[in-house]
Amino acid sequence: MNNPPDVSQDPKEYEEYAHGIQKHVRGYLMVGALLLTFTAITVALSYVDFGTRKANISIAMLVAMLKAGAVAAVFMHLAAEKRLIYRILIFTGFFVLGLFWLIFLAWYDYPVFR
Amino acid sequence: MEIPYTVSTRPDTGLWNAKIGIWLFLASEVMLFGALFSAYIFLRIDAAPGTWPHGLLNVPVGTMNTAILILSSVTVVLAWAALKMRRYRAYWWYMLATITCGVIFLTVKLAYEWPQKFEHFGAYIKPEALAKYEQYLGNERRIEKGFEPRIEITGHLHSQNAKEYEVALDPVNADPDNPVMDRPHFFPLPVTDKIATIEKADVQRATMFLPTHSAYFASYFTITGLHGLHVLGGVIVFIYMWLPVSKKLYQRNPEHLANRVEVSGLFWHFVDLVWIFVFPLFYLL
Amino acid sequence: MDSSASIETHHDPHSHSAEHEHHELGWWRKYIFSTDHKVIGIQYGLCGLAFLFLGFCLMMLMRWQLAYPGQALPVIGKFLPHIFGAGSMPDGKMTPDFYNSLGAMHGTIMIFLGVVPLAFAAFGNFVVPLQIGAPDMTFPKVNAASFWAFAVGGVIMLISFFVPGGAAKSGWTSYTPLAAFADSGPGHDPLFNGQTLWLIGFIFLITSSLLGAVNFITTIIQLRAKGLTWMRLPFFVWAQFVTAFLLLLAFPPLEAAIVMQLMDRVAHTSFFLPSGLVVNGAPVSISGGGSPLLWQHLFWFLGHPEVYVLILPAFGIVAEILANNSRKPLWGYKSVVFSVLVIGFLSFVVWAHHMWLTGMGSAVSAFFQTTTLLISIPSVIILSAFFISLWGGSIRFNVPMLFTIAFLPMFGIGGLTGIPLAFNSADLYLHDTYYVIAHFHYIVAPGTIFGLFAGVYYWFPKATGRKMSEFWGKVHFWPTLICMNMIFLPMFLQGMAGMHRRWYDGGQGWNVANEHTVWGLTGFQWNQPISWAAWIMGLAQIPFIINFFWSIKHGGKVNDNPWEATTLEWTAPSPPPHGNFVDIPVAYRGPYEYSLPGRERDFTMQNEPVEPSERTRRKPPAEPVLV
Repeated sequence: MNNPPDVSQDPKEYEEYAHGIQKHVRGYLMVGALLLTFTAITVALSYVDFGTRKANISIAMLVAMLKAGAVAAVFMHLAAEKRLIYRILIFTGFFVLGLFWLIFLAWYDYPVFR
Repeated sequence: MEIPYTVSTRPDTGLWNAKIGIWLFLASEVMLFGALFSAYIFLRIDAAPGTWPHGLLNVPVGTMNTAILILSSVTVVLAWAALKMRRYRAYWWYMLATITCGVIFLTVKLAYEWPQKFEHFGAYIKPEALAKYEQYLGNERRIEKGFEPRIEITGHLHSQNAKEYEVALDPVNADPDNPVMDRPHFFPLPVTDKIATIEKADVQRATMFLPTHSAYFASYFTITGLHGLHVLGGVIVFIYMWLPVSKKLYQRNPEHLANRVEVSGLFWHFVDLVWIFVFPLFYLL
Repeated sequence: MDSSASIETHHDPHSHSAEHEHHELGWWRKYIFSTDHKVIGIQYGLCGLAFLFLGFCLMMLMRWQLAYPGQALPVIGKFLPHIFGAGSMPDGKMTPDFYNSLGAMHGTIMIFLGVVPLAFAAFGNFVVPLQIGAPDMTFPKVNAASFWAFAVGGVIMLISFFVPGGAAKSGWTSYTPLAAFADSGPGHDPLFNGQTLWLIGFIFLITSSLLGAVNFITTIIQLRAKGLTWMRLPFFVWAQFVTAFLLLLAFPPLEAAIVMQLMDRVAHTSFFLPSGLVVNGAPVSISGGGSPLLWQHLFWFLGHPEVYVLILPAFGIVAEILANNSRKPLWGYKSVVFSVLVIGFLSFVVWAHHMWLTGMGSAVSAFFQTTTLLISIPSVIILSAFFISLWGGSIRFNVPMLFTIAFLPMFGIGGLTGIPLAFNSADLYLHDTYYVIAHFHYIVAPGTIFGLFAGVYYWFPKATGRKMSEFWGKVHFWPTLICMNMIFLPMFLQGMAGMHRRWYDGGQGWNVANEHTVWGLTGFQWNQPISWAAWIMGLAQIPFIINFFWSIKHGGKVNDNPWEATTLEWTAPSPPPHGNFVDIPVAYRGPYEYSLPGRERDFTMQNEPVEPSERTRRKPPAEPVLV
């Protein structure tokens, strides 16, 4: 987000800028409300039997991903960030997935220790 | 020479220094918690039937803490927006709200949730003695229904001597055949006054709900402990930014303070984001 | 820039300070709690060198036990029990526990307290901002915090030698369940024991590296001088950049693992302990359900990128010195840069080749075997480019160049002997033998450490304004080179004969070590020449130490660019003042413009503007044609 313009030089431009931020603020409040709602949904869903525990875990993780995505996109401004930040995160995401995936793979492949 | 781009952005990256710094730091944090969560997955998949407990944590309190953390995320981003609009008073109040939320979260965790667990007792019964305690475990019915067997009796440790434990039972063990007990409850049921006597010779291992109790509590205390340390770190940084020291910076260069708040806010949102996964994984599932 | 002009500026450091706010700092703030990247770099450097020497001393002690097992160590053997406690060397004879301590701490100190601080933190801190034309690191206070976290971690590691039971003794890898039970029980403090302190110290060291990595990456991205585009960066900066990423992303999983092992030891959890564990004949009261393999996965997830953390900065140093002293551009700059990026990337997906013997299934083995072999390709590209850079150069054989030239074949031996270990069928035999020791020491000792020595000799004039003695440098170099090879070459033989790397008696009591002879010596008997070579190499470091400290005050004075190099750090005064540069540097050209045709001098610095005449006839410098 840009720096605010100097209020002493151009009050009108500053007014517009402040108005823009005000719009953002409304977005933040809405996302906050959304997150609280989704928290309630997560809790409620955990008392619904989806057949297997795996199904329950998957659904809860899906909701958690949605919430995390909202936090990252709006609160952490990732929805509109500079390219460099995306690059760093894509790079990191790749290695985190590697960490998860390979530990899984390794575990399923150990005949002795299962 | 001054270090450039502390407040203004570098043209080719479009970013100021601390923004890159914090995102790199968060990248390493992602790897840290990623490793802890992959360890959690590893342990959970590996757990023998009946050893991974469910419904032992206080869900309403956990939900409240989640809400508090989300609320603090909102207030910190509002604090930042207030600074951007050069409204220091509003910033001050939002910051105070954030700090309060953080402190409440930690207090609930350290003064209520953890100590409650430390007072709870659980005894794993040896496989050969399971039949003897059938009245507390209800395994015949569970096996019929295709559930995991119960191998632990939990409750409050009433007293013990050289040979026996006397345990005021949890409702799950007091009334094991009641179908209501098959699923965890939103409001935790209080410990009953039904007392069971368990012979020490029949017990494989008995401890309070400490990290040593099971892989579940080990990962619970480790991950929430580390998460709590992050909350503590965030609160300390926020207090610094809320104190009059920062007002001086605001008067000198308001954008610098706004950047600092944005950076520490990013860290705070990340802490919130971790909790979004911790909460269902430990409290609900 | 005319170098003599900048020397004069240097004599009056205040002349340029009028426009900047400048205030004198007290001695403590200036030299101890400094936030200046150069001071922090030197602090890291001195600590790193001291720890390297300490780690080497531990090894020299072990070499006595290996060569002359059970015999009393002459002279100093009498004093050691007074330092390390009565249980270490009663009557000068080493106990097995003390031997294990020395082994574990040798690895830990050399890697995490010696090479990483020196290669990454010291050279990175001192050289990188200068090479990119920056006034300092982006976060000077974080930089200082990083150093002090390192110092605290180092002190904790040192303290662990003096607690009851001695320092950690479960190997530098601290495999569980051994490490979860070592140093506990009667005679050990629940908190202040070797292994627990090792873990706590590690948390500080990791924190230090993480802060450093964040700082380095941000600095390189944000503070490059005007005109210094990515493809104009000196290769050293590229190497540090990739190294920083490795530390940033590989260390946190180890930090998580360390926290979990700490929980296993202090809070008696079972993250890494399986059910049904029996220790000393009695079942242990633990919840179980953990996995020893989890520790190994998390450890080697760091452990393998760590290998590249050790070698990449040395690559960087070697590239700088090679181009400078062959008076030729680095051959294949772009392919070297891309190779280092590929190495960084691949180094994250090879870790389980340290775990062939754990009974991993064939699918996992096949995957890791493939990636391990893939990673040798970029390494070979880099090494080949370095060799070709020598072709047709007018080589200056000064001390940094000697170490650099020695680095090339030594690293080559280390790398090539690694290939048999990459194949799991061959590794099943060679694993945990002296062959492995020889392999990775060829990479780290005559490889990385030669690179570091070269760097010390090369940048010493920049840090002090004086040069180290060439003669004593050569006295240091030749014995070190010869002894290195006398130490590690025979170890390949020992290893192939099947000698295990952790034998406390050097193989005296084992058939495989005594049955066969090579050149008249059995595997066990080879320990003696190896040990003597190690001790002689210890003596050979004395000229270096004296040369180093003597030259700070008395070395020959030099101008700002004594090696006639091209990169930006040589445009700053020696030693550079606070803020580094007299004029803000601007880069106009690539990093290695040596022997440009039509130039008066055989080097053209990066801040020399491109002349109009150059634009028309400028073409890439001729590269040798390989027939």
